[in-house]
Amino acid sequence: MSLATVWAAMLGMGLLTLLLRSSFLLLPEHVGLPPLLRRALRYVPAAVLTAIYAPEMLVQSGAIDFSPYNTRLLAGVVAIGVAWRLRRTFFTIVAGMVALHAFGTAVTRLPF
Amino acid sequence: MNLWPEVGAHWGDFKGFTGKIGFPVTDPERTEFRAGLRAALPVLLGIFPFGVVTGVAMAAGGIPPLEAILMSFVVFAGASQLAATQLLGAAAPVAVILVTAFFINLRFVMYSASIRPHLAGLPLRWRLGLGYLLADNAYALCIARFTQHPDATGKHWYCLGVSLPVWLTWQVATILGVIAGASVPHAWQLEFAAPLAFVALSVPLLRDRAMVAAALAAGITVVLAHPLPLRMGLVLAAIAGITAGLLAERRPA
Repeated sequence: MSLATVWAAMLGMGLLTLLLRSSFLLLPEHVGLPPLLRRALRYVPAAVLTAIYAPEMLVQSGAIDFSPYNTRLLAGVVAIGVAWRLRRTFFTIVAGMVALHAFGTAVTRLPF
Repeated sequence: MNLWPEVGAHWGDFKGFTGKIGFPVTDPERTEFRAGLRAALPVLLGIFPFGVVTGVAMAAGGIPPLEAILMSFVVFAGASQLAATQLLGAAAPVAVILVTAFFINLRFVMYSASIRPHLAGLPLRWRLGLGYLLADNAYALCIARFTQHPDATGKHWYCLGVSLPVWLTWQVATILGVIAGASVPHAWQLEFAAPLAFVALSVPLLRDRAMVAAALAAGITVVLAHPLPLRMGLVLAAIAGITAGLLAERRPA
């Protein structure tokens, strides 16, 4: 990656994040969120965060991969289970990393 | 815990002066600030590991250490830092990174709209400062407190009291993560900590049918759309997720 891209991304994201966080703190008091937009915004975090990690697990080398060789998918399923049960960032990440390496080792011993 | 030592008792005498440089001067303001600091403490235990993971993922993902640390200060938003790391690693154009960050950070618009009535009439530097510091955890603590004590004076000091330890913990944790991540062998695949962090952030949000529908629709859309150029899939997935969530809501009979 080029250093110029890193800096452009950093400065652009910094400005964007500041503007979004300050948005309604800077707007005049009478400007509010329309009710439908308020309802729609509730779903943005769940939708976007899922859309970021889903391809990391399901798409390998440019193709959808449901095979048992896709250790990232298997580790992702473990992490989702841990996150669902425990709701703890730390345990979710540790469980996912341990599962990734455990499945990675197991896959090299598969007979097919 | 006495964070304002004995001299603090006399600060009120210098109201005109200390007011200018921004220390809490009246008793209610100091009380609010201290209450904020106390409320932040348990939350720091969750922020620290997430910060370390973000630092590790940035370093393991190939962002140079100085830029990775600066990014934490400039952006101060873990999810978009992680997403940017993945996109920079995939040689995505800056515009794609910014569109992605826009969608990830759209939730902050919701936060700022809901917290505004409690921070009315503040000077611009306060509004920009608290805006910069308005992270998920800080927002959640502030809005919970303001809902319980809507008539408290100096609510912005509570926000500052909550946000400063959160900010400091985040910076220390990401710096430690960057240092650790830069010295870890590639075979450990620590860059996979980034998608795992997104699992940890998103799965606890799935508390009702509509949220699950939003996440499933977005996940399926983004995977099916993976051949599209410029990560168009993310935008489509956001639209599909929001639509699915709205459609799955239980309407009042």
